[in-house]
Amino acid sequence: MTKAHRGARAHRAGATPYLYLTPAVVLFTLFIAAPIGYTAYLSLRQVKFSGLGLGRKSRTEIFVGLDNYRTAVADGEFWAGWLRVLGYATMVLALMLGLALLFALLLDSARVRLARFSRIAIFLPYAVPGVVATLLWGFLYLPSLSPIHATLRAFGVEGVDLLSPSTVMFSMVNVAIWGGTGFNMLVLYTQLRAIPRDYYEAARIDGAGELAIALRVKVPILAPALVLTTVFSIIATIQVFTEPMTLRPISNAVSSTWSPLMKVYRDAFVTGDLYSAAATSLVIAAISVVPSLLFMRLVRRQAFGEER
Amino acid sequence: MRTKRLRLVMSAVLVGALAAGCSSGGQEETPQETGPVELTFWTWAPNMDKIAAVWNAAHPDIKVTVSKQAGGDEAAAKFLTAAKAGNAPDLVQAEYQMLPSFVAAEAVADIKGEVEAVRGQFSDGIWNLVTLGTDGVYGLPQDSGPMMFYYRTDLFTKYGITVPKTWDEYAAAARTVHAKDKTVYLGGFSSKDPGWFAGLAQQAGGQWWSITGEAWKVGINDGPTKKVADFWGGLAKDGVVDTQAPWTPEWNAALNGGKILSWASAVWAPGVLTSNAPDGKGKWAIAPLPQWSAGENYSGFWGGSSIAIAEGSKHKKAAAQFASWLNTDAKALDLLIKEAAIYPAAKSGQALMTTAPEYFANQADFWQQATTIAGTARGFTFGPNVNVAYSAYKDAFDKALQNKSSFTDALGAMHDATVADMKKSGFTLAS
Repeated sequence: MTKAHRGARAHRAGATPYLYLTPAVVLFTLFIAAPIGYTAYLSLRQVKFSGLGLGRKSRTEIFVGLDNYRTAVADGEFWAGWLRVLGYATMVLALMLGLALLFALLLDSARVRLARFSRIAIFLPYAVPGVVATLLWGFLYLPSLSPIHATLRAFGVEGVDLLSPSTVMFSMVNVAIWGGTGFNMLVLYTQLRAIPRDYYEAARIDGAGELAIALRVKVPILAPALVLTTVFSIIATIQVFTEPMTLRPISNAVSSTWSPLMKVYRDAFVTGDLYSAAATSLVIAAISVVPSLLFMRLVRRQAFGEER
Repeated sequence: MRTKRLRLVMSAVLVGALAAGCSSGGQEETPQETGPVELTFWTWAPNMDKIAAVWNAAHPDIKVTVSKQAGGDEAAAKFLTAAKAGNAPDLVQAEYQMLPSFVAAEAVADIKGEVEAVRGQFSDGIWNLVTLGTDGVYGLPQDSGPMMFYYRTDLFTKYGITVPKTWDEYAAAARTVHAKDKTVYLGGFSSKDPGWFAGLAQQAGGQWWSITGEAWKVGINDGPTKKVADFWGGLAKDGVVDTQAPWTPEWNAALNGGKILSWASAVWAPGVLTSNAPDGKGKWAIAPLPQWSAGENYSGFWGGSSIAIAEGSKHKKAAAQFASWLNTDAKALDLLIKEAAIYPAAKSGQALMTTAPEYFANQADFWQQATTIAGTARGFTFGPNVNVAYSAYKDAFDKALQNKSSFTDALGAMHDATVADMKKSGFTLAS
C-alpha cells in the first residue's frame, strides 16, 4: 500500500479513524510515553548543593547532559549485578521451561491419571504473589524452624546455610521455578490440547510410541508457544527484583545492588537520587530489549515460518 | 500526515505532563488563616488518630487528619517524593537522622518563630537534633531512643556471668558463654541496623558529621568509631557473637528461647521484647551500656523522631500549634505514652513515666533507671546524606560478615561512599 493511497483513504474517512484511535493513544501517552519522557528528562539532570546545603536557595537542579549515564555505566556493581542476573536467568529459564514442557507433555499423554488435580496443583503457586512466595520460602530457608533443615539433619547433613553467598542464588531460583512453572505449563498445555488428535493417530499407524509422538510431533508444533514463554521468561528474569529484595532482610548475602533493578530502587527510594535512578533504568531497558530481540530473530524462521 | 499530527498531540501532552511535573513547589503561603483549617499528618506511631481526635475535639478551628504510614527508609523517600510533587502533608514524623536530608531538599519549614515558646521543654542535646547546629528549627522533638543494656537475669546466673561494666568485660563474657554452649550467644552484631551502630559510635564519642564554618566534616571512620568497629569485628571473627540478620523469625526464636542473653538496645525495646520474645516476660532487666573505660558513663541514641512541618504547607502556624501541643502539653504527652507507647523527648513527659512496662514488672524502677541512662546519652550531628551512609553500612558490613574480613575496611568503605556522595552533590567539605 503506497503512502498516497493510504492518505486518500484516510481523507475520505474524515476524523473517524482518529476517533477510534483516541482511547489507545490517550492511554499510551498518559501511562507509557509521558512517564518514559519524564524519566528521560530526569536522567539528564542532577541536584547540586552549595555550602552546607541547609540554607534556603542552596539547592539547584541543573542540566548535566549524559553524566548520569556515564556514572551508571562506569559502576562496577551495576555490571556485577548483571552477571548475577545472567546466572540466575540461565538457571531459571532452563529449569523452569524444561519442567513446564515436561509437565505439559505428561499431562497431555494418554496414560495420565488425576490430570485435572495435577494441573491445578502445578498451576496454583502462580496464584501466590511473588512477595508472599519469597517470604514463605525465606522462612523455610531459616535453619531453626524449617522442615527443610529438619529433613537434612535427619539424614545427617548438618550446617547447611541456604542463605549464604554461595547458595542464596539457588534459593532464589527455587522460588522463581516454584512460582513460574505452572503458568508456563498452562500456556504449553493449552496449545497441546489444540492439536488435532488425528496427527497422533497417524503417527501411531506409522508405528510411533508415546515418546516419539511427544518429541517428534508435539514439540515441533509447540515451537511458537515455547518461543512465547521463553521471551516472557527472559523479560521477567531480567527484571528480577521481588525475590532478592524480600530475601535481603533475612540474609547477609544479598547486597542492595544484587540485581540492576535493585540498584534503581536503592538510588530512587533509599538514597533519594531520582536522576541517577532514571538514567540507570533507561540503560536497563535498553539492555533488556537486546536479548529478547536477539532470541526472536534467532527463532523467527523455525517458529513462525517467516521467510525474511 | 497522520504520524505528524500524532506526534504533535503526543508532544503536547508530554510537554504538559512535564510542566505539571516541574511546576511543583513554590506555592505561596497564605498570610492569614481564617476559618477552620484542615491539616494532614503522616506518622507511623500507633493510635495517633485517637490522640488527634482529642485535639480536634478541643480545637474546632484546626482539624488534624492522621494518615498512618509505614516507618523506615521508605517513609522518608515517600515524603521527599510527595514534597517534590507538591502534595506533601502539613505535618510529618521525621526520624532525627532523616531531618537534614529533608532540610537540604527544602521539604520542611523553619519554624523557629512558631515554637520559641516551648524551647525550654527540651534538653540541649535533643534540641540540637532539630536545629542541626544552625539558627533554624526544623521540627519539634517527639521521642528519643537512649540506648541501654537489656539482659536475661536468670540466664546470666545460669552461665555464671555478671552484667558487664565495660566492653572488655562484655567481650570476656561473650567468650565464656559461647564456650559453655555453642548454640548460645551473649549478644549480636547487626549489619542490618546502621542506627544501632551509630548509637554505639555516639557512646564512644564518634562525630560522624560536624560543621566547621561553612563546610561539612565527615568523621565516620574517626578514632572512636574505629574502636567500636574493631571491637565487634574481633568478636564476629571469633564467632562468639551472633551475626545473623535480626528481626527475622529465626532471631525472634533465639531471643525468645534464651539463645541470645542480652541486647544492647534502646528505650523502646520493651515493645519489641513483648511481641517478639513473649516467653521472656519478667526475666529481662536493664542496665547502663558497658563503657569504653571504667568509670565513664555514656550512652547513645538509637532512633527517635521529630514532627516537622512541610515547606509546602499552607497552614504552617496552625501546624506548629498542633505540633507544640502534641509534644509538650501534659495531656498529649500522657496520651503519647499510653496510646502510642512513646518515650517522650519533652522533660515533663519523662516525669510522667511511672509504672514500669508490664514485661518488666520485675523491675519496678525501670523508668527511673531509663531516665538516668537517658541523661548520659550523647548524640551527634547528622549530615545531609545519612540515607547514603546507612545504605553503605548495610552493604559493607554484610560483606565483612560474609567474608570474615576486617570491620575497619568496612567502616572505611562506608566513610568513602558517604564522602563521595557529598562531593558529587556539591556540598562543601572541610579538607
